[in-house]
Amino acid sequence: MDIQALAQEIPVEGEYSLEGIDFITNGEQYLTFVLDTEHYAVDILCVEEIRSWEKPTKIPNAPTHVKGVINMRGVIVPVIDLRIKFGIGEVAYCKTTVVIVLTYESDAQSRTIGFVVDAVSDVLNAEESEIKAAPAFGGIIPHHYVNGLVNVGEGVVTLLDVEALQQIEPHEVG
Amino acid sequence: MSVDLSQFIPTFLAESFEGLEIMESGLLNLEAGDSEMINAIFRAAHSIKGGAGTFGFGHVTEFTHLVETLLDEMRDGRREINPQEKEVLLASVDCIRLMIEAIQNENEYDDTSIVMVSVQLSELLANGNEPAQTDKGLSSSSEPLDLTPSNTTKWNILFIPEHHLVQTGNDPLLLFSALEDFGELTATAVLDNLPSITEMDVEELCMHWQLTLISDNATEDDIREVFEWVEDECELTISEEELEQPMQEESGSTETGEHENGSVDATPSSEQQLSNDDEQLTQTDSTADTNKADSQASNVTALSPSTDDNNSPKAPKTPAKSKAKTDQGSIRVGVDKVDSLINLVGELVITQSMLSELGNDFDLSKVEKLTAGLEQLLQNTKELQESVMRIRMLPISFAFNRFPRLIHDLSMKTGKDIELIINGENTELDKTVMEQIGDPLVHLVRNAVDHGIEPVEKRLAAGKSEKGTIWLDAYHQGGSIVIEIRDDGGGINRDAVFNKAVEKGLVEPNATLTDNQVFELIFEPGFSTAKQLSDISGRGVGMDVVKRNIQSLGGRIQVESTKGQGSTFKVHLPLTLAILDGQLVRVGEEVFVVPLITIVESLQAKPELINKVSGDMMLYRLREDNVPVIPIFQLFNLPAESQSVDNSLLVVVEADGQKVGLMVDDLLAQQQVVIKSLKDNYQDVAGISGATILGDGSVAMIVDVPGIIQMALEIAQQKQKQRNNVYQLEGALN
Repeated sequence: MDIQALAQEIPVEGEYSLEGIDFITNGEQYLTFVLDTEHYAVDILCVEEIRSWEKPTKIPNAPTHVKGVINMRGVIVPVIDLRIKFGIGEVAYCKTTVVIVLTYESDAQSRTIGFVVDAVSDVLNAEESEIKAAPAFGGIIPHHYVNGLVNVGEGVVTLLDVEALQQIEPHEVG
Repeated sequence: MSVDLSQFIPTFLAESFEGLEIMESGLLNLEAGDSEMINAIFRAAHSIKGGAGTFGFGHVTEFTHLVETLLDEMRDGRREINPQEKEVLLASVDCIRLMIEAIQNENEYDDTSIVMVSVQLSELLANGNEPAQTDKGLSSSSEPLDLTPSNTTKWNILFIPEHHLVQTGNDPLLLFSALEDFGELTATAVLDNLPSITEMDVEELCMHWQLTLISDNATEDDIREVFEWVEDECELTISEEELEQPMQEESGSTETGEHENGSVDATPSSEQQLSNDDEQLTQTDSTADTNKADSQASNVTALSPSTDDNNSPKAPKTPAKSKAKTDQGSIRVGVDKVDSLINLVGELVITQSMLSELGNDFDLSKVEKLTAGLEQLLQNTKELQESVMRIRMLPISFAFNRFPRLIHDLSMKTGKDIELIINGENTELDKTVMEQIGDPLVHLVRNAVDHGIEPVEKRLAAGKSEKGTIWLDAYHQGGSIVIEIRDDGGGINRDAVFNKAVEKGLVEPNATLTDNQVFELIFEPGFSTAKQLSDISGRGVGMDVVKRNIQSLGGRIQVESTKGQGSTFKVHLPLTLAILDGQLVRVGEEVFVVPLITIVESLQAKPELINKVSGDMMLYRLREDNVPVIPIFQLFNLPAESQSVDNSLLVVVEADGQKVGLMVDDLLAQQQVVIKSLKDNYQDVAGISGATILGDGSVAMIVDVPGIIQMALEIAQQKQKQRNNVYQLEGALN
């Protein structure tokens, strides 16, 4: 086969806009997921893995949103149900229910925690200029969890702050 | 043979620390006239000096040289051993340690104390029995080889090494450099037995040496010590010749020149000849170097020890693979432990091959064989695990051996005469536990000296012997290790502790407490009964930290005390931190692991033995004991099958001397579990000491028995309080 002809078939960024193919672009990538009908996203570099829901081992006297701990390749990982933590939607465990395991490394420590969400949806590219500050009009989710909003088509995706998510506040345990 | 010496520095450091320990313990036990002990101390100092010299740590060499000189005078009986000198020597051990630690951490150190001690050492040397050696101290430190002769002896040494000497990693040049430390050395190579060039084997050393050493202080033992490493591989004849006029021996030099030429001649030709032989190229290299070294050796007059050219005979021959950073911990493991590991791995391999052969064409008739094989595999795995754990185990003397010095220093400082008796120093303990228990133990011992042992007048008044005694015991008890710190001092003053606690608001003034409860108060934060602060202990930051450290290791501390007779602190520690023997129990749908060492027994509760007392507290009559029952499902807020105690299963556990019955739904298997922290990704959970992964991959919580008891107590107290409030309310209403 003619090499020249083959080379011309390789898509070049900008020339084609193929749905479903992610070119490496300048912006940050985010993993989006669904809680009830709302869309949320976290920095994709923090995502360790996405697991299907399995019943975790309960932690005694833990708050309701801490579902328990699971074994992720020999590491004990706590699982937090974001729907309960944020009070969004119905809490049901079905086929699409997944656990997104996030690792956040700071100087002080590195923590790995799994978060139960209704479904994962997509990978989102967003440049910094596209991220808008969230309006301070209430909402159930405390302000410090939200990094900003990104418009995607008609909808809005809320960027969550992984560092804030990883903090287990003492008052959460009762 | 150019060897990167830096790879041996960790070995040098480890050996130096060992040497320092030998010196320290030797000095503490040193009695006058104990020549063996002085020799041991001297040898340790000598090795440190030699090692430091090899690696180019001049400041260590200089300083150690002073120490060595002083020790040498003691060794020869030219100097009396008196306490003052012992103190200076002990201080200099500290200085050497400081310097070596600085090398290890690659940082600077404060050298004022070192200068002070070296001045003290020089003064001692100056006031010694030998006025001729006055200036030896500091001046020689810059050039340790240059000694002023006074009592000069000429030693004739005939050194005939066996042919394979260089193959064992020994280098005659190094021996000669060591000899040079004693004085002027003339080495003459004797080449009589040299084979012809065609028959010459590069790996064999066919020459021998006639050495002449003119020295003012070397003894025959000194010289023999230099050859200690090769004494089995050579013939050594040493003879002494008293010199009327020192520094006269020159006759050998012309001869030397001749032979030097001979050996130099031999070198290039052998090199040339063998460099054709590809297989032996590398060896040629090394031997050529040895020959070069030999030729240098035959011309020794004032050769300074060449450091980067030669392999140290003490350092291991095989180069360490990784360039170990010095702060990386290392363990010295006995060969027997390694051998048993190798044996076990061998057995494991055999079992594995048996099993895989069995699996090749498996049918049901072979099930029995399979079961047997699996059982063997289980056995192998268990033994392997135990052996591996044993590698981490070190005798507790590693933690104990700092105490003789500590007691020595403290008794100097406090003026109390104290004897330390150590028992069970061979009890083995996990290295991690050992490293972390050191500081708490030091604190407890300091406390025993400062608060425990009374001043001499008080002791005499109380009819005790003048000398206070502190016992340090270590022994195994069940699955844990117990360290006991006992003193025969005044004991804990119960009233003083109680009053202090009231003053600090820790207890109510009218509270009635048992003695043990009062003694427990000393572990409360901010507690100190010492009327005067001393720099030994008594700042009130100690005991709570001690308790916390011990608890973080999974251990606990108990105190017993009898007024006027002394106190005993008992530290209970787990043998190892990583693995736990556990009993699996089921509560509702959850599986928990109860540490086997805490379990007294498990039983089915008989309804007639359950008594309800003081309201809703449940007690189970276990023979003569009444054991409170803790329903785990209630405590942990879980759904459970059996809500009532009748006929339920009770696991009776004991912690801190308190027995409780844990109510569970089912008893499952017993197995060893690996402890994983919950804190890494979550946080500490009350009543749970960690989690583990079971055979099926699921996670199980490990029950923290003392924690559970604490929780149950707190809940009971809360209930009590609520009830009191209700009473008060009712009282107010009435």
